[in-house]
Amino acid sequence: MPNTKFHPEELLIDVVLRLIAGAKHVAVGANSPIPAAAAFLAQRLGGGRPFVSLQQSHKHHLFTDGGSELFDAAGQGRIDVFFLSGAQIDGSGNINLVAIGDYAHPKVRFPGSFGSAYLYFVVPRVILFRTEHSRRSLVERVDFVSAPGVSPPGIYRRGGPIALVTPLCHFSFDRERAGFRLESVHPGHTLEEVLDHTGFAFERPEVVPVTPFPEPATLALLRETIAPELASLYPKFAARVFDLHPAAVTSGSTP
Amino acid sequence: MTDIVRSLEAAVALIEDGMRVVVAPDHSGVAMEATRELIRRGAKKLRLLTLPASSLQADLLIGAGSLAEIETSAVSLGELGTGPRFAAAALAGDGLVIKDATCPVLHAAVQAGEKDVPFALLRGVIGSDLLKVRPDWKVIENPFAAQSVSDPILAVPAIKPDVALFHAPFADRQGNVWVGRRRELFTMAHASARTVVTVEAIHDGNLLENGILAGATIPGFYIDAVAVVPKGAWPLRFMNRYPEDSPHLAEYMRLAVSELGFRRYLERYVFERRAA
Repeated sequence: MPNTKFHPEELLIDVVLRLIAGAKHVAVGANSPIPAAAAFLAQRLGGGRPFVSLQQSHKHHLFTDGGSELFDAAGQGRIDVFFLSGAQIDGSGNINLVAIGDYAHPKVRFPGSFGSAYLYFVVPRVILFRTEHSRRSLVERVDFVSAPGVSPPGIYRRGGPIALVTPLCHFSFDRERAGFRLESVHPGHTLEEVLDHTGFAFERPEVVPVTPFPEPATLALLRETIAPELASLYPKFAARVFDLHPAAVTSGSTP
Repeated sequence: MTDIVRSLEAAVALIEDGMRVVVAPDHSGVAMEATRELIRRGAKKLRLLTLPASSLQADLLIGAGSLAEIETSAVSLGELGTGPRFAAAALAGDGLVIKDATCPVLHAAVQAGEKDVPFALLRGVIGSDLLKVRPDWKVIENPFAAQSVSDPILAVPAIKPDVALFHAPFADRQGNVWVGRRRELFTMAHASARTVVTVEAIHDGNLLENGILAGATIPGFYIDAVAVVPKGAWPLRFMNRYPEDSPHLAEYMRLAVSELGFRRYLERYVFERRAA
């Protein structure tokens, strides 16, 4: 069996790639290199679909009606997949992008909720993505709810979280139960690690599978085509994961 | 005919202390040189509305003590992290009033201002703690829901800023401003009592008479002043015209994490007028 070496973040890209299968339009927000890479990979493999709009990019920005268009399009049901994260994520899928501690006198202050308080409601498949898997990031209950994981009946809501991907594992989210379920643990990591580093309770099968390795062809496409494209927009990411540096990027236009 | 083109100082003079100022996001066109001019002038008690989020512009104004209040969905320098002066102000918990929001609420509120109606409606948000910290946001019943069906929806006050400030590629001498597809700049100009714009250059001729360019042009009757400031968005990127000055932003982060370092940044890059 081929055993192409891969960077852990390349595995995460592959997990996200499988989660966005079948989408018609994937939108990627701020500071999201792994989702961006997965979305463009899906587009390459899908012969031009899904549509991918990258909010920070000039070239890949599909909207012509200004900053509100992404939100309006999402409200119209046109955005199938979006990505969100949070300084804290809890077991009910609530996310915190604002502060730790008392809101009026926080211990830590984060940038802010961006569009999460709206998009979490209207996008059918929101994939939660967290680069730090720890008891301080995956908590029992967030200090501040930027966006709630589920809503009571009677509140208009089309979408919400479907999964949480971390460097350790992949959880699915069960909307009925308002809770996470462990789907797989990534190669090189164990269930014990996941249990040790997760502050919320979650369901799991008797035997937890290992996350599948990325296909060599997928890795090749990612490294040769997608990574250079993203290097200008995400220089630190490109350097860290693909060893790409500004001098290596020959494209003349600013993405 | 009055020439709408002014010096930077004269244009920025239209942004008075205490005014509610709406500004553009990084990818639209941020008037950074105008921002530095505001700080040089010692502007005070401004109420900043970022539409919808900001990076260096808001952080600089916060650190310089120019703001009484900021309403924003986020203050972030991307991969570099949370705006350091914003974070410091939040932790201090005194002085600056921070009004946390979420992007589409801000867009909707300014659109309601544009329509001169009292409030905007939006789906989502119900169940977010934003509602706990924004007593000015309300949850109302949809008056058109089917009988005996409860359909709660968010209502937020309309926003009519005193002044809109942004940077654009070019304007003509009639004050018509070309903004490309950055249509939130249209909304900002429509909703605001005044609009101050810095541009890379003046376009000779009348933009509204140009069939290709007119559709992406804000007509001059919305505009109060235009100042020509080449590289006016520096050190931020400006559309697809110039990229961000990443080393400079990294230097900002290094300095601005401390009060002292931030002062040093101001001395070097704002008060000594060391431009791009």
